[in-house]
Amino acid sequence: MIKTVTRYVKSLALVELMKGMRVTLGYFVAPKFTIRYPEEKTPKSNRFRGLHALRRYPNGEERCIACKLCEAVCPALAITIDSEQREDGTRRTTRYDIDLFKCIYCGFCEESCPVDSIVETDIHEFHMERNEERVVNKQQLLSIGDRWEQQIAKARSLDAPYR
Amino acid sequence: MTMPIEAIIFYFFAAILVGAALAVISVRNSVYAALFLVLAFFTSAGIWMLLEAEFLAITLVLVYVGAVMVLFLFVVMMLDIKVEPLKAGFARYLPVGAIVALVMAAEMFLVLGAKHFGMERFPVPQPNPLGYSNTEELGRVLYTEYYYPFEIAAVILLVAIVAAIALTLRKRPETKFQDPALQIQVRKEDRLRIVKMDAEKRADQ
Amino acid sequence: MMDDLIWLIWTLAKIIGIAVPLILAVAYLTLAERKVIGFMQVRMGPNRVGPWGLFQPFADVLKLLMKEIILPAKSNRFLFLIAPVITLAPAFAAWAVVPFDDGIHLAQIDAGLLYILALTSLGVYGVIIAGWASNSKYAFLGAMRSAAQIVAYEIAMGFALVGVLIAAGTLNLNSIVTAQSGSLMHWYWLPLFPLLVIYFISGVAETNRAPFDVAEGESEIVAGFHVEYSGAAFAIFFLGEYANMILISALAALMFFGGWLSPFQGLGLEGTPLDFLTGSSFIWFFAKTCFFLYLYLWFRATFPRYRYDQIMRLGWKVFIPITIVWLLVVAVMVVYQIGWWW
Repeated sequence: MIKTVTRYVKSLALVELMKGMRVTLGYFVAPKFTIRYPEEKTPKSNRFRGLHALRRYPNGEERCIACKLCEAVCPALAITIDSEQREDGTRRTTRYDIDLFKCIYCGFCEESCPVDSIVETDIHEFHMERNEERVVNKQQLLSIGDRWEQQIAKARSLDAPYR
Repeated sequence: MTMPIEAIIFYFFAAILVGAALAVISVRNSVYAALFLVLAFFTSAGIWMLLEAEFLAITLVLVYVGAVMVLFLFVVMMLDIKVEPLKAGFARYLPVGAIVALVMAAEMFLVLGAKHFGMERFPVPQPNPLGYSNTEELGRVLYTEYYYPFEIAAVILLVAIVAAIALTLRKRPETKFQDPALQIQVRKEDRLRIVKMDAEKRADQ
Repeated sequence: MMDDLIWLIWTLAKIIGIAVPLILAVAYLTLAERKVIGFMQVRMGPNRVGPWGLFQPFADVLKLLMKEIILPAKSNRFLFLIAPVITLAPAFAAWAVVPFDDGIHLAQIDAGLLYILALTSLGVYGVIIAGWASNSKYAFLGAMRSAAQIVAYEIAMGFALVGVLIAAGTLNLNSIVTAQSGSLMHWYWLPLFPLLVIYFISGVAETNRAPFDVAEGESEIVAGFHVEYSGAAFAIFFLGEYANMILISALAALMFFGGWLSPFQGLGLEGTPLDFLTGSSFIWFFAKTCFFLYLYLWFRATFPRYRYDQIMRLGWKVFIPITIVWLLVVAVMVVYQIGWWW
């Protein structure tokens, strides 16, 4: 009997609705976590795997020795490599293409590389306007590497103790 | 000769009203018929407004257009009435219908004819004084002079409502339905038992 | 003749003076809705177009106007196109009798409240006709739901307003507000509190807003009655819905919260330096209306959608009995002058 009466009083006084509205009001005034993206950015890990790059040695020689381990390990078959002998007798790539649409950014290529040539930088804000541009060739990869070398080297050295 | 603006408005509304009323009984699509009936109600409300009966006019819109016709439309749209079967046998029933219609017209003429209800039989209505409230006057008349008829009419309507509900409301044991009243009364305590348990120890400890 | 012309132009100017701010208010209500609901969901809401997203409504309007209006192949062309207009027209026409301050209104008619009730009851035609003319099952189901729901809640809403009429003794909106003057405790929200609650909940149901938005019901009938509408036609539906929301909120402020009367009136502040707070002003009316609009958004952010049979039960079996009982209470209180608020 008393239970029924309290139940009626509660439902007529809209107690539960008020409870719900108090919750939403609490969130209304609560601080917001939203990052206003182009102006603000979240911190990125040193291990972030973004756009690829090919590195060089400090003397300007390209690192890649065309061992094709990355091509072999790539689970998405995104890497295509052709190679031949250079005049000085070393083996070098003549073609190094990565299809960015096929790539799943797993980082296996970087792991497998014996000379730390192919790396994944932390650049993730890139786009292309034509379909053909999805394939980045050796020249483009090298120039990305040249441009961001400092950043790449820094991220590698920071991560080195954990490897 | 210039027509007073009231007359122009009256004839405008009257033309629409007659047109809409004719359309109600002549259009083939029953939804159109219902919509034309709405238009007819609306224009007759306009004519009442012209007679300075704003309370009645607005009530007509509120009750008939706002509620009754909505339900009408609801039913008409749901039922998908075919007009063809309704029009079958028109020629066969025409004589009977014509006789009934003629008799009704004659009766109406006898009672409402110009001889008894013509313009000259009634005094010209005086314009209402400023500050005259239609609503108040209606209320005063309803609750003094016509108190008993008003109350009796209300009771009759109530009886009709109760009767309609009593006729249609029946419990059918074979149907399955939910009772929202019972559903919303369910509380967490009725259905849910929270058991407090200690965390299990790992086997190697 | 000249007088008539001047009168006509003056009236037109007044109509524009009401309609244009109303459209602007609708535009910013949509922004406020997205902002408020965003905040309640711990987000920012739109903030890209202009400072704090203030130009977002104009971007939306531009987008909607540029879009193509698609006519469904087997729809009823005339009714399909006229339905949004039928929704919009009563929502705007009702504003003719709303007083914004003592004596500031387009038309003062004695049956003002009745006029508003009649016009708000017409809004359902737009929904029904849109649903039927679209020749689509979803739209039709939405229209049917909306029709039944609006008819049910109109009764409760009408009864709640009858309570106000009994208390004020007039149908004239201006007089209803002036009858509440005195102080915060003389406003009708106090003696008519259950009716206020029922009026506002019915108003939410009447405008098909969450949690009573089964007429749109995205999860089961896509978008209900306006599923086939796009571009400008959809924008007009949108405009009508939001104008109705503002109207319901403004009426709640007028009838239960003393309209333009100051809440500081009658607190003994007259003559003190805070005297300016006690004056009646359009600003109070605006603030009170905004409060009710905020409630609309608050409800939408808080409550899940009602199930259809529960809506019907709430309307017919809960609200109508409560209003009738409270009408009796109010009538007794008025006749025997119980309480200080008469």
